[in-house]
Amino acid sequence: MQGSTTPTAQLRRRQAKFFTLLLLIGPAFVVFTLLIIVPVIQAAEYSLFKWNGLGPLTQFNGLRNFTLLLRDLIFQKALLHNLLIIVFSLLVELPLALLLALIVRRGTFKLAVFFRTFFFLPFVLSEVITGVLWSYIYNPQYGLINSIIHLFAPGSTGIAPLGSPTSVFWAVLVVIIWKYFGLHMTIYIAGLQGIPVELEEAARIDGASNGQVTRLIVLPLLATTIQITIFFSIIGSLQIFDLIWAMGRGDPVNGAETMVTYLYKYGFQRFNMGYGSSVAVAIFVICLAFSVVYQRLLLRGERE
Amino acid sequence: MSGGIESTRTKLLGNIYRYTLTGLVTLLIAVPLYVAVTGGFKSLGQLQTMPMGLPFPFEGKQYADILSGAVGSFWVDMGNSLLVAILSVGINLALCASAAFALARIRFRLSGAIYNYFLIGLLFPLAVAILPLYLQLRTIGLVNTYWGVILPQVAFQMPWNLVLLRGFFKSIPRDLEDAVAIDGYGPLGFFYYAVIPLSTPILATVGILALVASWNNFFLPLLVFNDSSKFTLPMGVMDFMGQHGAKWNEILAFLTLAMIPAVVLFVIAQKYIVAGLTSGAVKG
Repeated sequence: MQGSTTPTAQLRRRQAKFFTLLLLIGPAFVVFTLLIIVPVIQAAEYSLFKWNGLGPLTQFNGLRNFTLLLRDLIFQKALLHNLLIIVFSLLVELPLALLLALIVRRGTFKLAVFFRTFFFLPFVLSEVITGVLWSYIYNPQYGLINSIIHLFAPGSTGIAPLGSPTSVFWAVLVVIIWKYFGLHMTIYIAGLQGIPVELEEAARIDGASNGQVTRLIVLPLLATTIQITIFFSIIGSLQIFDLIWAMGRGDPVNGAETMVTYLYKYGFQRFNMGYGSSVAVAIFVICLAFSVVYQRLLLRGERE
Repeated sequence: MSGGIESTRTKLLGNIYRYTLTGLVTLLIAVPLYVAVTGGFKSLGQLQTMPMGLPFPFEGKQYADILSGAVGSFWVDMGNSLLVAILSVGINLALCASAAFALARIRFRLSGAIYNYFLIGLLFPLAVAILPLYLQLRTIGLVNTYWGVILPQVAFQMPWNLVLLRGFFKSIPRDLEDAVAIDGYGPLGFFYYAVIPLSTPILATVGILALVASWNNFFLPLLVFNDSSKFTLPMGVMDFMGQHGAKWNEILAFLTLAMIPAVVLFVIAQKYIVAGLTSGAVKG
């Protein structure tokens, strides 16, 4: 205690603390900075140039990449697809997940534990495995759907959901819901388990029906959890790639293109780093805009 | 109790609705999986004419060829996946646990700022950084190497891991730290002798989430590996599908085998996976 008051001892202690911190945080900080922060900043820089990724950055392009991007019909289509995925996630996937969570949350319903595990299974399979599995289901020659059609209507020409630009998006959308509803259901179940049983019992004793208990007690208490799944679902929908890529790379004719498949094709495959980076910046801005607007809405909702 | 017939009837209707909905969803999950597993045992002709039936005659050839290495490169892909996953998990735990400990238990001026700096990573998808990241990997010479997948993977999992670990480390009582200090240990001693042994549940959660993320990762390997001898399983599945065109019985056999590790892991570690995915969401 006494020694610590002398200036040299204090300095030594500070040095020791500094080196401890450096040892503990340093490696994580360096990896994170070099592999995430620096590339994101570089993407912002590259987006202002015309550049193929080789040689120095010389052809300054101003905001041309962005005006080209926003006018590009394929990018518009990709963005529309991302927005549609958000809409259907919020209107179909989350309500389905909530409905199932309400059914299987308690052990009183027989098989509840089995369903809880089984419904989560598609989420555990990788996107690629899921995508290839459904490519088979949809396959016009051997696929399950067509085999079933042939059983009932022998000799009919089959359908190819992934083969037509008008149907491919909807076919993929089904798979998205199939794969991710279990995650949201699981999050809801965890949230529901935090609601005290006594509260619901008290309401039942007061004569509330099951529907009323759900509507007036359970759902309001689950609000924070629901808000978080909405947020997850929006951000997840904006960055979807693997599943689409495994089910035909966003084609035919860009029928299932999304912003990230677009980024991969135009930035990486054609090695157009400047233009590709402007796509990356656009994705970043759109994600950020959704986060900001969403939080504003939430804050306003809480004040009212 | 009071409603008599009326309430029995609503109860019955309620049960019908519950069993119908859950039954339907169960079928929608079970049928595709069943078809994939059995499809690998069928000839192409059977696959076309009897998709739902059991394989008859039963053909083990597709699975046997893949497992023996005669068709495709299942074991190579599996080995690559394992190597990448194990290194990712190890590095993830080492880097994240130590950083999270410092951010949770050591007081210093920049602590909050550094934590927020890491949290920026939660804001944007991997895709935003991917093009410059690729160029950087090329400059350092990590393209087509395992490290080229491992290090970015670790970096992208870092923010969420720090949130989980820091939250747990903060909850360890102060008294324990004082007790360890009396024994003459500084913060590093406290971390090593007290915090790590106490934190096995959260370390398991973070480790398993990192393992699942690594196992399923496709975007980074797609970008980094151009040599099929380095392909991980998701890349292997895509490659196999490309190479074997319309032989869907072989593709389904490969797919089923590729599915097994994830399903086994899920059955063993379900508790940790669910805890890791829901803890942040429920506490808010």
